[in-house]
Amino acid sequence: MKPTPVPPTLYIEGPAFWTPTLPGWNAARAAFRGEGGLADPPAKRPSPQVLAPAERRRAPDTVALALEVAAASMAGAGRNAADVPCVFVSAHGDLSINDYMCSTLATDPTVLSPTRFHNSVHNAAVGYWTIGTGCMAASNSVSAYENSFAAGLLEAAVQCAADQSPVLLVGYDTPTVGPLTSVTDSQGLLAVALVIAPERTAHTVAALDWSVQDNGGDGTVPAPLSDAAKTLAHINPMAHALGLFEALARLEGDPPPPIGLPLSSALSLRLQLQRVRD
Amino acid sequence: MPPRISPLQISAFTATSAVGVGKEPLAEALEHSRSGLRANDFGDAPLPTWIGRVDGLEDVRLPEALASWDCRNNRLAWLGLHADGFPEAVAAARARYGPSRIALILGTSTSSIGETELAYTQLDADGLFPMNQRRPAVHTPHSLAMFVQQVLGLTGPSETISTACSSSAKVFASAERLIRLGLADAAVVGGVDTLCGSVLFGFNSLELVSSEPCRPFDASRKGISLGEAAGFALVERVQDDAGAPLRLLGYGEASDAHHMSTPHPEGLGAERALDEALARAGLAPEAIDYINMHGTASQKNDEVEGALVARRFPARTHASSTKGFMGHTLGAAGIVESVISLLAIERGLMPGTVNTNQLDAGFGPQIRLEPTHGEVRYALTNSFGFGGNNCSLVFGKATA
Repeated sequence: MKPTPVPPTLYIEGPAFWTPTLPGWNAARAAFRGEGGLADPPAKRPSPQVLAPAERRRAPDTVALALEVAAASMAGAGRNAADVPCVFVSAHGDLSINDYMCSTLATDPTVLSPTRFHNSVHNAAVGYWTIGTGCMAASNSVSAYENSFAAGLLEAAVQCAADQSPVLLVGYDTPTVGPLTSVTDSQGLLAVALVIAPERTAHTVAALDWSVQDNGGDGTVPAPLSDAAKTLAHINPMAHALGLFEALARLEGDPPPPIGLPLSSALSLRLQLQRVRD
Repeated sequence: MPPRISPLQISAFTATSAVGVGKEPLAEALEHSRSGLRANDFGDAPLPTWIGRVDGLEDVRLPEALASWDCRNNRLAWLGLHADGFPEAVAAARARYGPSRIALILGTSTSSIGETELAYTQLDADGLFPMNQRRPAVHTPHSLAMFVQQVLGLTGPSETISTACSSSAKVFASAERLIRLGLADAAVVGGVDTLCGSVLFGFNSLELVSSEPCRPFDASRKGISLGEAAGFALVERVQDDAGAPLRLLGYGEASDAHHMSTPHPEGLGAERALDEALARAGLAPEAIDYINMHGTASQKNDEVEGALVARRFPARTHASSTKGFMGHTLGAAGIVESVISLLAIERGLMPGTVNTNQLDAGFGPQIRLEPTHGEVRYALTNSFGFGGNNCSLVFGKATA
């Protein structure tokens, strides 16, 4: 068997995080370091400034959530969103719109809302992002059920390494509603984002070594370390990102242990963060 | 502009649509300009429109071991996968590389939402799905890829790309990058989309559905015809043996940054995708012999794309839309039109634009209504989706 090639080291900029109890990376970073608690009461859904005011009010939760972390990540990376290709990932897309569409089709299909229909496409969030920021670069919308975060991260890292271009990765999932609760386990709002870049910049927060490894069929997501992350471990499929964001929060001191996220029944995405020194 | 890429070999390819199962009925329909569209007979209260429906899907039975995956989309995937020796080609690659070294990247816009729609008509007394519908892996966007991964026995990286109507064109780009970086030795790419209430009534709500068979680029075009299709291709690094003469040469992906459901008026996102595809292929527009246009027959799409082709390509380039053959198959359109482009290269058959009578005077001489025979060295295919998501692909022949 040939050795698996090791792709080039990449660099992480602008980590962003949003969930009602940890609304923003500063709050999440502090909590993951054991230096802060959960927001009480939890924050209301974000109101992304990328959208025009009327669109901001009408935006589905998925769009509001994804655009909030996308904008925060871009700000942290100090980059112009118009120039950066983007990969958005969501396991389930917009469950509340799916519920609306299926309910309406089951009762009176002729009254289906055109706006809800065009918002029902899986790439609605990335579509609004590119429209709101004037981004004409490549944009993508990806899903891979329980492996969605790892699949999206792989897609973004591969694009970054292959094209030698920074790539924005945004992951989000929202609560299941209505009859869909019979089949979809998704409990709350959670979104994460980061920029993956081919070179170190003044905004780099960590170096990322990554590879695809055979896990012998027993790949599992690492258990959260902090009490704050433990409260989110089963919130929705994007919780698979918690290990990486906890490691980003705890970069001082010794290099964190590697993280393995399942990509398939045989493979894991292996991630190793390194602190970058001045 | 991006640098040129090394071509990938297309080792196997197939498509199933309203004109039939596999490549032969597709080539025959293209040769004789035979449309597979029919008056809408889908669902209980069909809209007055025309559709591209695949015959016999209702009678497809998945094997017992796969029965829990049953839904219209996975049945179409099953039917489409078993044409043109595709499973045998994948099995050979699996034996050569190992199952974890073959990526699976599929595009779909609806996946199995049709089954979720059905479950909503069968709710129990508590308002929940009946027991036979409590199948989480069916009611989710990645269902198609999980099903195909199991059918083909693959364990490599797998993802679903869902960027509306560019979905199953973009799969080639993602596959090329994975193979270039050495993270996979081959990839199965493709896509499946099936007719369902969401798309029929959804496009109807946007007033984009035609009451007659779609007529791309016609002066009096009245909107789109929806269809369903499945298509797959096996791509890998170019092998030493000269067995597979077809190549993926380039791809371009870009965003309109304009509107969720109407294209950029000057086609800037589409042109950017075109330029990047040509750059990765190392070709000038003059080299393209055949263009399979997105050509949905909607007013706006055709206007923008027709103008783009007119300003960028010489009069000799043969361009056509094949939506009149099988309808707009949404997330499966990219792979079906890639298969048509590959057939054009393989057989020297440039399809016409079926159903269209009178070209809009605003378009250039490139758009042809009749099929033609001639050498096709390089073919381009365009796919443009909601959210302003664009992808262009360039295919060609192996150079000796």
